[in-house]
Amino acid sequence: MIDAWNLTKKFDEVTAVEGLTFHIDEGEVFGFLGPNGAGKTTTVRMLCCLISKTGGEARIADYEVGNTADSLKIRKIIGLVPDNVGLYDKLSVYENLDFYGKLYECTEKLRQENIEHFLKMLGLWEKKDVAAGTLSKGMKQKLAIARALIHEPKVLFMDEPTANLDPEASKTVRDFILELKKENRTILLNTHNLDEAQRICDRIGILKTRLLTVGTPQQLKESLGGVKTEIQLVQVNDAIVSAVKKVTTHKVEISDNKLIIDVGNIDTTIPTIIEAIVSAGGRIQSVTEFTPTLEEVYLKTVK
Amino acid sequence: MLRSVILFPLIVSIGLPLVVHFGGRQHGGISPSVLPRVLDAFSFFFIIGAAYLPTAIASYSLVGEKVEKSLEPLLATPITDSELLLGKSIAAFLPPIVAIYISAAVFMALINQLTHQTLGYSYFPNWSIGIILLLVAPLSAILSVQASVIISARASDVRAAQLLGGLIALPFLAIYVASEIGSISLNANNLFIISAVILLVDVILFFISTKTFQREEILTKWT
Repeated sequence: MIDAWNLTKKFDEVTAVEGLTFHIDEGEVFGFLGPNGAGKTTTVRMLCCLISKTGGEARIADYEVGNTADSLKIRKIIGLVPDNVGLYDKLSVYENLDFYGKLYECTEKLRQENIEHFLKMLGLWEKKDVAAGTLSKGMKQKLAIARALIHEPKVLFMDEPTANLDPEASKTVRDFILELKKENRTILLNTHNLDEAQRICDRIGILKTRLLTVGTPQQLKESLGGVKTEIQLVQVNDAIVSAVKKVTTHKVEISDNKLIIDVGNIDTTIPTIIEAIVSAGGRIQSVTEFTPTLEEVYLKTVK
Repeated sequence: MLRSVILFPLIVSIGLPLVVHFGGRQHGGISPSVLPRVLDAFSFFFIIGAAYLPTAIASYSLVGEKVEKSLEPLLATPITDSELLLGKSIAAFLPPIVAIYISAAVFMALINQLTHQTLGYSYFPNWSIGIILLLVAPLSAILSVQASVIISARASDVRAAQLLGGLIALPFLAIYVASEIGSISLNANNLFIISAVILLVDVILFFISTKTFQREEILTKWT
């Protein structure tokens, strides 16, 4: 549904996005993770035909990004939830959506049906006649999402949809995105929130001007070595480390009085390691199996 | 904002007849030979109003969206640049021009009431006011709107846009002053010439506004 090959954007001397190549399937929720200034918003703006690309190519469905004739067609099939919601404060909730529905050339019947459908899904139907400027931040964000969906787009771009929202509002938005996923909508999501990316996204791309890595959350975690075992000792010494290295070829890291071993199968290898530690005089406090977090993957990748 | 756009010409349309009625009272009122020139000059205020009033709405049109952060979702819709500019222009054009017409009707009725005895006939309507209201005022409003929209697309804040937009009324004020000092007569012929010049400027501004409207520059430089 969305393809990019070597997509690049430069602003004068500054390269905001460089050599971006990726593919997003129809119905997939794809997340871009990256620090501030990584190029996430710039990428979304290029794909939405809001700004031109400096180099490379991109396509959304059958349309070419950057082609003047295709730009209008692309904007008809996409919806954008920008990081600044940009509602018309003096118009009511209903009027905001009706206005945008008209811009997307929706029929009156479709507008009425979709406005009611999305406002009820998002819990805003009771507030349909309330001025948008009086809504809370979370409600404005939900209204912005409804606005992006009013014309039933094939592709939805969401730029940090849960930024600055309280936990309850964030959960509502995340749950709503998961509902959209069931409707087989293609969603490209920019986020700083690692937990959100893990919960919602089928695949995640870590971006810092360039696309550093792409994979499912599980693949990204396993890229740091998969499951590890942490053995907390009272004290670690050279004799213990030496004894452990004699019985295993897996990588052993030492941190404070902990041994962190790159071993996935706790049943077959760890008992041997434990025996070696005890034989070398080590006193074990705890043995824990863990998987690297997405945060560790992210921090290691963007460093 | 809309209220002041509508109220201001109404106040002028009542104020000017009162000036005519009470002006020169100490000296027996304005003489019948001078009165038509005064009334023609006052009629020109509707052109100045038509040139100035739309700037209040038009100058906010794009820079206001930038300030409110509502421009990005708007530009992401399948609206063309021409449609966007036309929509903004119509929204800025209609309220002031309707207010001008209502005010002109009030003005003409009051003037006829107050000057009939002096002149011996109803001064309005006449060719001059007809050309002013049907040609010069709408064309001036269009000029004002287009210039203000161009400024609004480039300004970084609302106040700057409104200040610069207000300068559009200056040429019209200059024509008014010239008519008062006798350099130009606001007869029907001259009003036609003024209309033609404004029409030409309108056409030029239209092409400038559509050719120079840059979505990317507006989004990336000013948001």
